[in-house]
Order: sequence, then C-alpha cells, then structure tokens
Amino acid sequence: MKPNHITVPASDPSANASADKPKVTLGNLFRRPETGSFIGLLSVFVFFTIFGGQTFLSISGAASWLNVAAELGIIALPVGLLMIAGHLDLSVGSVIPASSMTIAIVSGHYGFPMPVGIAASLALGLVVGFLNGYLIVRTDLPSFVVTLGTLFAVAGLTLGLSVILAGSTSVALKSDPINKMLFGDFIDGKFEVILLWWIAAMIFVDFILSHSKYGNWILALGGDKISARNAGIPTEKLNIALYMGSGLCSAFVGMCQAILYNSAQVSAGQSFIFNSIIAVVIGGVMLTGGYGSVIGIVLGTMTFAIVNQGIYYTGFDANWASLIIGVLLLAAVLLNNTFRTMALTHATPRAKAKESK
Amino acid sequence: MTAPLLKLSGINKSFGPIDVLHDINLEVKAGEILCLLGDNGAGKSTLIRILSGVHKPTSGELLINGKPMHFNTPRDASDNGIATVHQFGGTFPLMSIGRSFFVGAEPTKRWGPFEVFDRKMANDIAVREMRQLGITRITDGNRLVGGLSGGERQALAIARAVHFGASVLILDEPTAALGVKEAAHVLRIVLQARKKGVAVIFITHNVIHALTVGDHFAVLIRGAKAADFRKGERSRAEVTDLMAGGEAMAELEAEIESHL
Repeated sequence: MKPNHITVPASDPSANASADKPKVTLGNLFRRPETGSFIGLLSVFVFFTIFGGQTFLSISGAASWLNVAAELGIIALPVGLLMIAGHLDLSVGSVIPASSMTIAIVSGHYGFPMPVGIAASLALGLVVGFLNGYLIVRTDLPSFVVTLGTLFAVAGLTLGLSVILAGSTSVALKSDPINKMLFGDFIDGKFEVILLWWIAAMIFVDFILSHSKYGNWILALGGDKISARNAGIPTEKLNIALYMGSGLCSAFVGMCQAILYNSAQVSAGQSFIFNSIIAVVIGGVMLTGGYGSVIGIVLGTMTFAIVNQGIYYTGFDANWASLIIGVLLLAAVLLNNTFRTMALTHATPRAKAKESK
Repeated sequence: MTAPLLKLSGINKSFGPIDVLHDINLEVKAGEILCLLGDNGAGKSTLIRILSGVHKPTSGELLINGKPMHFNTPRDASDNGIATVHQFGGTFPLMSIGRSFFVGAEPTKRWGPFEVFDRKMANDIAVREMRQLGITRITDGNRLVGGLSGGERQALAIARAVHFGASVLILDEPTAALGVKEAAHVLRIVLQARKKGVAVIFITHNVIHALTVGDHFAVLIRGAKAADFRKGERSRAEVTDLMAGGEAMAELEAEIESHL
C-alpha cells in the first residue's frame, strides 16, 4: 500500500522545512546531474594515463589538452546556457574566423590601435548574436535553421570582405606587448593565457545559472516556454541576450586566436560547431533544454579535450580519436538519461523503505 | 462578507459567427467553491480563458469586488488576484521545487554588489507552503518537480497561487488525469485553499468530485448556463442526468430544427 502523503491538519506548527537538511550520501551524489560527465572524464583520463603514460601526465601533456579545453570551454559555456534554454547556436563556427579577421584587418592591415580592433571584433560577435536572437524571436523558426543560415552568411561575408579589404584570406597581426600578454601569450611557456579567461567565464556563468534569478529564467524557458512567459519572464529579451552571449564568447576566442598566432585565416573555427555541442551534451545538458549545470559543461569540455589531445600520447593513429568521441557521446547521453531518471525518482529514505517491503 | 468576490454578468463570447458563450451569469464568494460542470465543448475552456485574461468577452461584464474589470493580458488577471492552475500544473519537471515555485518572482539577497538568488529561502517557503496544504512527504526543496506525483504537482501549483496572493483560484480539470487516491488528495487540497478564504472555481466533468467539495454549482450546456444550484439542492443522479440529458436534448432540438 502506498503511504498516505497527505494529512488533513493544515497549520502544523512543527512544519519546519529547514530542520530536514539534505544529507550528502552516495545516493544523493549519484543523483547530481554532473555525475555522468564526471564518470566519463574519469574513465578517459584513466584510459589515456594507461596508454599515454608519463608524457600524457606531464605538465606539457596537461597543457596540451587544457589549452584545447580552454578555447572550446569559453564557447561551450554560453552554448550550454542556450541549450538549457532550449536553443542551438551553430553560427559560432563562423563568428570565430570572422572576429579573427576583423581584428587582423582593423589592427593588422589598416594599423588601427589594438583596442579598436578588439572592440570591433567583439562588437561583431554581439551583432551576430543579436541577429540570431532577434530572427528566432520574431520568426519563431527553429534555432537550428536560423543559426545554420547565419553560419553560412557570416562565413561568406568574411571570405568576401577579406578578399575585398585585405586582398587575401590570411592576414597578419602584430600585437602590442600588453594585449599579447592579456589575450595571446603563454604562462610558463606552456599554458595559454586563455585558460585564465576560461576560469573567469566559468565563475561568471555559474553565477548566472545557479546564483542569480536569470538562471531560474533560463531553466524555466527551456522547461516550458509558454509557462515561463505566463510567469512574467521576458522570454524574448532573454533569448536575445543568450545569443549575444554566445556571439560575444565566440568572438572573444577568435580574437585571442588571432593574437596568439599573430595572424588570422578565414577558414578557422568550423570544428567548434559540433565540438561545442558535443562538450555540452557530454556535460549532461539536455538537448531539448531545461536541464544542465556549469560543472557538467566544464567536465564535458575537459573530457572532449583529453580525448582530442590524449590520442597523440598513445601509440594509436590519431584518426581513432573521432571513434572514441562518437562512442563517448552516445555513452554519455545514455548515462545522463539514467542519472536524470534517478534524480526524478529521488525518494526520501522513509518512502524508499516502504517501497522495498 | 456576502458580496461576491468575482461576478460575471451577461457574458457573451463569439468567435466570428460562432457563439461560444451565451449570457453567462456567475458569482463566487471568498471561501466558497464554485463548481463549473459541463461536457466537452460546453464552453468551459472559453470561460476560463475569459477569466484568466486570455480572451476578452464580446459583451458583458466581469466584476471583482463590485468593480468592473478589463483584462488585456493574462498578467492583468494575475495582478488582480486571479490565478489559473491547469491540468498538469504548469510547472517545470526538471527544475527544483524551490526554483519552480518562484519562477518569475525570485527572492534575492544582496551579496556585495551582486543580487543572489536566495535558494534557501525559496526552498523553505516552497516546502512550508506545500506543508500547509497537507503535503508532508516533501522536505527538500532541491528535489525536482518531475519526481512529484500528479497530485503533488497540483498541490505545488495551488500552493504557489495562494502564496502569491491569489484571491480567486481557477482549477482547470485538476483531477482529470489522476487516479482515484490522487484525486482525493487534490480535493482535500482544494478544501484547504477554501479554508484560507480563497474563492475557488473548480472546473470538472466529474460529478462525484464536484459534489464532494462544491458549495455552489453551475452546469454549462452548449455555451449557456443550464442550471445553477447550491449544495444539497440536487442529487448526484439529477446532476448527471442534467449534464448528459441536457446535452442530448439540445442535440435533438438542433436536429429537429435542421429538418424543418
């Protein structure tokens, strides 16, 4: 017999919720949304430690995958927020080279001061993001189609304008020492500065998602758009702001790449489209929205980066990395589904005890 | 005390050439449950949408505390204390109880220059409000809404409406998707809400549920009020006959008319 959950006396003076603190138990730990991604990260780390050996574990080995993780991670965070809100952003793949080219053409080709180039390339990201958000809100078309459109449009625009303005698809950029140090240098000769920016982005996005009211809005928007709107959330503004966030972050990564490599190419960045989605999904964010966490996204990004770089430390052909990523993605989605179901069936010990009878 | 909190007088609604509601007069007082009965297509949903500000009546008046009201958006209705709880609660299965309780009205506290979502307060209030409605199983506001039963989700939605100061609570078929025991739980919660002085409009096509909790009943047939009676004035069989038979009669009349 099911326990009778409802007792009639309404104003129970002993009804004090804070008396029952949630306990940290193994069961509760397994119900965290990040558990699946943590297991994934742990298993690939162990795998490459075994097959990659000392060099994978060395500082330069760590630097190689952390550098990849940082660039991807800065984009995966806002893309993850968008996915939690129920949207995709494919246009990141062409915002990266577009912003690289913008700073290279403005500050490299035309020789304007670096801050002007930086501002221009970040502004470009914001404009593309605004356009994405505005089009999706106004037309109510699926974000997949809209951002696929802007992906190609921006890529074409970048190529066309680069040839017209700079006469080339590759432009050199010489940065001043301060901006080089801030955006495109190495710490200790191994770790890219962008790692610090990634950590800053993590803290900021975690604040937004878990500790501000906007996080609640994002979760609600991805959970049920109509209910969210009825609850008084400005869903349209929120959508546009989220797209501007992913545009800004993609532009930031593109700008940092141009400063790091001292040049920009029109073709860089396409790999980030799917890599960011993979990192976010491995991180336990639900593709259809309404669920996810920053820790999960960070773990997913690190998992992806380890597989992507770790393969070079093993004796295997690097081509096998894609196979591992593919299998990992499927396993992660299955695992995350399982953990989500566990979180939903989270029962109190009392109720569980009765069930097992 | 005796003045009706919400009053509808002579409400008509038509969509183009189709008359959906015809001359509806209803009133509900604070601490009273008005049951709105009717089969599918009787106009119950349209009436709810008028009450909750989604549609505007073609003619007629909606009065709150004797004051005529004009709702342009659902927001207007909720600002005037009218809260609607839909069949599935309108909640977010993958959000925590505390978070979904406060969607759109998050409590925040200052932390240096930042405004921080006060999760502890949100959780505590959500759990406390649900307890007040008799849901004692829930002690942790961090749990996901999807882990609640259908009845508990209704309770969460009702608790939310009451907490945010709803004086008129519209429940749209709250028991329709529930099993017998769960439905009984929800009916108790409806009684708890009434005890708090809320005026409840309970929409259902389940005569038994209606007669169990209702103080005042109105039967809608084909967009018109076919009966209006108080508790104890009609038996269950009479009400069932009225709903089914009345509908059949109207159909028959329409058929005869079309043959002439």
